[in-house]
Amino acid sequence: MTAPGSRVGSRVGSRVDDAISRAHRDEWARVVATLTRRFGDLGTAEDATAEAFATAVERWPKDGVPASPGAWLTTTASRKAIDRIRREARRDDKHEEARLLFDDDPPTPRGAIEDDRLRLLFTCCHPALSSDARVALTLRMVGGLTVPEIARAFLVQEPAMGQRITRAKAKIRAAHIPYRVPAREDLPARVDGVLAVLFLVFNEGYLATGPGTDPLRGDLTAEAIRLARLVRELLPDHGETTGLLALMLLTEARAAARVSTSGELVTLEEQDRSAWDRALVDEGHALARSTLAAVAAGGPPPGRYQLLAAINAVHTDAREARDTDWSQVVALYDRLVRTDPTPIVALNRAVAVAEVDGPEVALALVDRLPLDGYHAFHATRAELLRRLGRSREARGAYSRAIDLAGNSAETAYLARRRGQLGAG
Amino acid sequence: MPKYLLSVYGPAERTPYGAYPTKEAMLESFADTGAFNDQLVADGYFVFADGLAEVSTATVVDGHGEQPVLTDGPYLEAKEHLGGFWIVEVPDLDVALRLAAEGSKACRGKVEVRPFETAESFQALLDS
Repeated sequence: MTAPGSRVGSRVGSRVDDAISRAHRDEWARVVATLTRRFGDLGTAEDATAEAFATAVERWPKDGVPASPGAWLTTTASRKAIDRIRREARRDDKHEEARLLFDDDPPTPRGAIEDDRLRLLFTCCHPALSSDARVALTLRMVGGLTVPEIARAFLVQEPAMGQRITRAKAKIRAAHIPYRVPAREDLPARVDGVLAVLFLVFNEGYLATGPGTDPLRGDLTAEAIRLARLVRELLPDHGETTGLLALMLLTEARAAARVSTSGELVTLEEQDRSAWDRALVDEGHALARSTLAAVAAGGPPPGRYQLLAAINAVHTDAREARDTDWSQVVALYDRLVRTDPTPIVALNRAVAVAEVDGPEVALALVDRLPLDGYHAFHATRAELLRRLGRSREARGAYSRAIDLAGNSAETAYLARRRGQLGAG
Repeated sequence: MPKYLLSVYGPAERTPYGAYPTKEAMLESFADTGAFNDQLVADGYFVFADGLAEVSTATVVDGHGEQPVLTDGPYLEAKEHLGGFWIVEVPDLDVALRLAAEGSKACRGKVEVRPFETAESFQALLDS
């Protein structure tokens, strides 16, 4: 079930490896989506796509990179799928086999937009699936992550994650979950689930896990942004969709400044702001302003993505870290806590409170949170303890954070901060 | 087209009006459910639908042994039991879910949607 050919992106080296890695990033979802439409089954599409990538890893170094990698992968994956279906087909099923071989049915234009990947996305995010299954399935089918990567991202054992994905595929098949973009009247309800999944995909790209993994998975963040843009084309007046896109762009804009040349995480405070991508910042600000204007014009109150986008707009508006309007940030977090009362939001709010009311007040807020298994909880505590001069406790908290953090840049940053603490 | 079982669960303890608190409530719900059933027939989705007599009237039969063993009462002891169901034949799950929402509103109960096996899935079982 794990794709042998995926995650080739982490192998460094030759131009062929780069081509395979690029093809994996650009073509995985497209190939899975095309095959799902053609063969009507997600599992067949996934397995055949993974086999095609494995074949590419074997063949491209010998035969050269094909002129059109996407077409090559689609053709190869289709052949693999047909081989598989033939092996499994009954003898009297010649008609079905012939239909598969010729593929002369045009795709049925039933959804609002004819993009196979969007169709794949809505299927993976179907409300009849559990929320956990939706995220896992989207990362596997649309994002092309392997089962171990997804398991790691969600702190779940690999076999359990594999089973979660297998069960979701089996339900899609047995319950006949349709492979299409929902009808226009159902879209607003369905899109919330899609946004939640895209946000998780984006976050996995922004703080990628895995010791051998690049700390930033630009492929995942780019994919999440691309899909968010597609959803926004469908629903231009949906505030939360615009808010999520703005949030992603304002976060992505800082990517280049976020990891140092030595591969260490650079905090917002220490980032070289001239390295931010101005075009993305400007686009993100424009989108955030448009959602504020819609709310001001009597639209529905802002949800979590619009509020998070507004918080990020305040940060990216400051020329220097010291110019940040922290009370505005705290005010926005106060509203966010009401919309989304989770311990993680409370933790992030405490970070802003530290800037306004000092580390002692913030630490009291943090210590109450039930987040002992979460690396950022310990990293935040460590930072606050350091600022309070409680070095020994800070060291312990950094160590806990390092043990729990899965991101290599973050681990490097935390280790350096721990090293800077004096003896005590 | 795939078929689905839409099951309605209700309390084991019934009032004189079945799962309804008053006669008026029962009659209103029957009228809504009747209209819903008519629509199912008109749309070509209807296969079968009916309500069940109360759960205490059930008998469990175990025919494994030489003589069938009969037990009075339902197979599972529970606070809520199957009270009625529809079988519909529709293009896909989205249609089944939409019908389940309408049926749930009409009969005032929660509805479980479960697909039947299909010719293909039976074949996959035979081939496995």
